[in-house]
Amino acid sequence: MPATKFTPSIISRPIYGGLTPHGTVPALMLASGPGGEALLDLIAADPAVLPHATVIYIPEGSDLGPRLEAQGPASYVEAASYASILPRFRKLLAEAPMNTRLYLAGTEGLIGQATAEALAAGMLLEAIEAEHRGSLARRMQCVHCKGITEDVTTDPFTCSHCGLSLFVRDHYSRRYAAFQGVCVDAETPGEVPPKQEIKA
Amino acid sequence: MTIQFNDETFRDDYSYHNSPAAIRRFPFPFDKDDYMYAVNMEPHGSGRAGSPFENRFDVDEHYVAEMRDREITLKEDPLRCQSLPHMELAGWDLLELIMEAKSEDYPELFSLHRDGDRWHWINRPLGIDHKFTFLDPTTLPYGPMEYITRQAQGDFAVLDQRDGNLWMEAGMVTSQADWSLDFDIGMNFFEWHAPVPLAHEMGIFQRALKFLLAIQQDAPSRRLNWTMTVNPRLDTSPENYHKWGPEKRTLTPENTGEKQYLRVELQTFFRLPRSNGLAFPIRCYLISLQDLVTVPKWGRRLHRVIRDLPDELAEYKGFTVNRPLIVEYLSRFDDGKPTSPGIFPDE
Ligand code: HEM
Repeated sequence: MPATKFTPSIISRPIYGGLTPHGTVPALMLASGPGGEALLDLIAADPAVLPHATVIYIPEGSDLGPRLEAQGPASYVEAASYASILPRFRKLLAEAPMNTRLYLAGTEGLIGQATAEALAAGMLLEAIEAEHRGSLARRMQCVHCKGITEDVTTDPFTCSHCGLSLFVRDHYSRRYAAFQGVCVDAETPGEVPPKQEIKA
Repeated sequence: MTIQFNDETFRDDYSYHNSPAAIRRFPFPFDKDDYMYAVNMEPHGSGRAGSPFENRFDVDEHYVAEMRDREITLKEDPLRCQSLPHMELAGWDLLELIMEAKSEDYPELFSLHRDGDRWHWINRPLGIDHKFTFLDPTTLPYGPMEYITRQAQGDFAVLDQRDGNLWMEAGMVTSQADWSLDFDIGMNFFEWHAPVPLAHEMGIFQRALKFLLAIQQDAPSRRLNWTMTVNPRLDTSPENYHKWGPEKRTLTPENTGEKQYLRVELQTFFRLPRSNGLAFPIRCYLISLQDLVTVPKWGRRLHRVIRDLPDELAEYKGFTVNRPLIVEYLSRFDDGKPTSPGIFPDE
């Protein structure tokens, strides 16, 4: 599954520039599902990234784990979910040397949340690389109840907290690592347009 | 000058109203018969006597009722007021700026006595008489920004300036034209403006930012922005859109003059001395179309502006559905005569 090409959008919508190797500097790599392929491509492009790389992989049903581990990074860990690995990821960020690069690959939800963590830990945006692979699902914040709904694939969708029907905006908050969802039938209650798959 | 404060509401029964004097001094935002985004900035602080531009912070007949409305909104949604931890000094800067300006410009309403860092603030319209220690947050009932903006009309964004950009990192936002402080906190100038159509491509935000970064202490600037709101509602927030949204569809040919309001934001920009931040007060003024057309120049001009406005702007401002009704109503007050330059009524 190749890197996703998104249609140009508004300025707050993140752009994922893809992973380019930065040689032998310390590296933290975090990927989920088809994002593993992006790490394999990165390593193939420059194997020098490996000796100082800590790799975290969340398979999400994908079988790339053994291949990633076989590349021989400094350390390799497989995680059941982003939530389960978060405490360890935080510790790695806190202990990361100044010149560490962060390589992220997978869904927007994963990239966004990991980026927010890294920024909160004092990492600079310039030190973070990201490549989108796999599902186009978005992490959405309901502007009304403030609840986050993960893995939204349709527009409109139902807020998993307050139950309102929300339309999917491209306006994006790095702090929340989420797009904004706004009541779609606010002016005409009950008139909810048919659901459409979210496109790139 | 004494001000009679209105007893009025901005929700439920909407008893908000403008006196004849308030209508005459309304900050009509159009200096010609058409409108497009521009970097419309000018110096602020000593405008025409009696106008909302006369003083740094305009206090008018709606002051007390607006502060009451803010209190209701904050009680329901405390996230309308937020300040990231490093913004506290900027909050003190803002408190000082507002207290100084109000006590100098409206001495019969506000007084400030200072003895070193021991300050005594009196706000007569709101019945506040308070002694506190400047820069000591334990002597105030709220953080400094929240304390003073519960006593000042309009919304406030407080920006940190770094890396050649402005960052929205504190604010009090209860009367906004449909944007969320909670969502936008932490964004820079270009990011929070992302949803605005056309202006990015026109280079407006690049030029505006350059201007803002260079604003000096004691040399504030201002600009006017505007939109249309059905009913005199201050809280047209996205948070509560599902509550006020249905009201937008209640406009009819019969009630347009009464229910449709022109909403004008007097936006000002002040450099803050200690934090080097930027304060951005956004003061909201509301006028019903039927009051507005009592100034013939304004009726003629607003008709032409709304009729000829680019669709993208009407769509962004959210009045596409009501535009035909508004244009039809206003057309009755446009006799096709030329209008004089500038925003003020003809004498
Ligand atoms: C630093 C101070 C400023 C802040 C905090 C600010 C904030 C905002 C916000 C939150 C919005 C709403 C965006 C949305 O749809 O979510 C907005 C709209 C806008 N801003 Fe600013 N702004 C600032 C300065 C300026 C300046 C100097 C200009 C000069 C050209 C400007 C031009 C605009 C325009 C044209 C819109 C669209 C308004 C409309 O059509 O109703 N802003 N601003």
